[in-house]
Amino acid sequence: MAPLRLDLSLPLRAFDLELALEVGPETVALVGPSGAGKTSVLRSIAGLARPARGTIACGDDVWFDSARRVDRRPEQRSVGFVFQEYALFPHLSVARNVAFGGGRPDGLLRRLGVEHLAGTKPTELSGGERQRVALARALAREPRVLLLDEPMAALDPHTRGAVRAELHDLLRELGLPALLVTHDFEDAAALADRVGVLVEGRLRQLGPPAELLGAPADPFVAALAGANVLAGVAEPGPDGLTRVRLDGARVVYSTDEAHGRALLVVYPWDVSLARAAADDSALNHLRGDIISLVPVGNRVRVRLPFLTAEITAASAERLAFRPGESVVASFKATQARLLVGPDE
Amino acid sequence: MRALFAALLAAATAIALAFLLLPVAAIFLRVPPGDLLGALGHDVTRDALLVSLRTSAIAHAAVLLIGTPAAYLLARRRFPGRGVVLTLIELPLVLPPAVAGIALFAAFGRAGLLGDQLDAFGVQIPFTQAAVVLAVAFVESPFYFRGAIAAFEGVDGALIDAARTLGAGPARVFARVALPLAAGGLGAASALALARGLGEFGATIIFAGSLQGVTQTLPLAIYAQFDQDFDTALAISALFIVVGALLLVTLKLYGWLRFASIFRSRFAPSISS
Repeated sequence: MAPLRLDLSLPLRAFDLELALEVGPETVALVGPSGAGKTSVLRSIAGLARPARGTIACGDDVWFDSARRVDRRPEQRSVGFVFQEYALFPHLSVARNVAFGGGRPDGLLRRLGVEHLAGTKPTELSGGERQRVALARALAREPRVLLLDEPMAALDPHTRGAVRAELHDLLRELGLPALLVTHDFEDAAALADRVGVLVEGRLRQLGPPAELLGAPADPFVAALAGANVLAGVAEPGPDGLTRVRLDGARVVYSTDEAHGRALLVVYPWDVSLARAAADDSALNHLRGDIISLVPVGNRVRVRLPFLTAEITAASAERLAFRPGESVVASFKATQARLLVGPDE
Repeated sequence: MRALFAALLAAATAIALAFLLLPVAAIFLRVPPGDLLGALGHDVTRDALLVSLRTSAIAHAAVLLIGTPAAYLLARRRFPGRGVVLTLIELPLVLPPAVAGIALFAAFGRAGLLGDQLDAFGVQIPFTQAAVVLAVAFVESPFYFRGAIAAFEGVDGALIDAARTLGAGPARVFARVALPLAAGGLGAASALALARGLGEFGATIIFAGSLQGVTQTLPLAIYAQFDQDFDTALAISALFIVVGALLLVTLKLYGWLRFASIFRSRFAPSISS
């Protein structure tokens, strides 16, 4: 499988999109807030938008090269595109949608488990079925690159998990260079081998999901990955630890080194909650009143004034926390990352 | 006070309805249906019907053939001056038909803008059936343009993009995606334009005259028969009302069917597997 290589510059309304990226036989997810230029990257690769400068190539096949005045039409690029909301042709049956680009749809429909829907019109399908038909259609021309624009956004929350697992398996099985964009870090981390964080047209960090979670390059990446980001002032503390005086006078400790203004990053799933501070190995204990409890699948997100904790639904039930109740949030100094952002 | 206001509204509605429907009803009440059908057999009526059908068919075919691709381009492309073009296309809508007739004269008449060129080819347009075709096309085309542009603008751009990434060139995208998806709107625009073209009077009588069997269309025949044979004028008018009513019902029915199908697809229980 030839890798997809791009190095492009595309002026958008508020900023220029500047991106260099190589995608091998793997899935790369671009994640970022809406308006970060994610969809523009996909449209440029597919030939639906024209970059001001740069190159886009799949192996030796050059699709775009501003210096050599190469700009292949969308229909001449070997791209499978799964559009946001899927963009299935409403006037054609599932089989005709898949056969639109040529070829016989039967095999693909069977492979994606939607052969029984061959004669159905797209408007009668569920979100998950639509996604599979869109995938079958995108794959029908045997593209060399697969592009997916927010493939999970149009799904019901309760089917999301299952559909995500299926999509993950399919992407692995295909072994095509696949680039997907999403605003949801969880989807990106679940589906992709590498995740790139795109903010205002620039790639802030690119790496395996674990790397982004474990060593976020900046506060924005940390926040996008779901972390609590707390501002404060760091100074050397006892026992080789760093003491951080948070804005609001709370004091916490971290094993990371920093001095002066710093940001403390802690993930909600590393924070435990109790009614009284336990005498355990965790160094950091912060007391606050519960603002809200929101169930997310088998977990519960508990919002406190200064951070968010994530505990299992079972624990939440056992401890019977209520909004307004005062609790102690604890986390270890080893789980408190310190960042000295350029913004601070 | 409230009762008075409600009565006022009801009275206004009643007056408006009566005003609009009374003349229409009068046509059918004045002459028995049998006589109406008989009058349609007269030479004048038959000739006018043939002229109307022929000129309208040619004009309408030309409007569809040229207007459809032009509307597609105007709907999909963004270019400087697009707003001006869209406004100019609608200009004939607000022109009095008589002005349209004079304008056509000024362009295609012997002493007109293209008069010399047409003369060189031995072509003379005013007071021929070609003049009727031009007049009909001129007044009906803005109706088609407006509806057709709106219909193409209503086609989701993502579907066009999807077709292109699936290997379809611009012509195939037009034929397989844009045209079928805009078909409903195009049909409605076409029906409205056809109705306007069939009823064309002012531009035609100025630019083409009213020669029986050549340029005398049905509306012109009504005018010609008005002081000679009022019953024939009534019969032709009745024919128009029937055709117009059929067109309206078709349009409403189509709009209702479309609504019903949208309703079905939006609110159908989705079966997830």
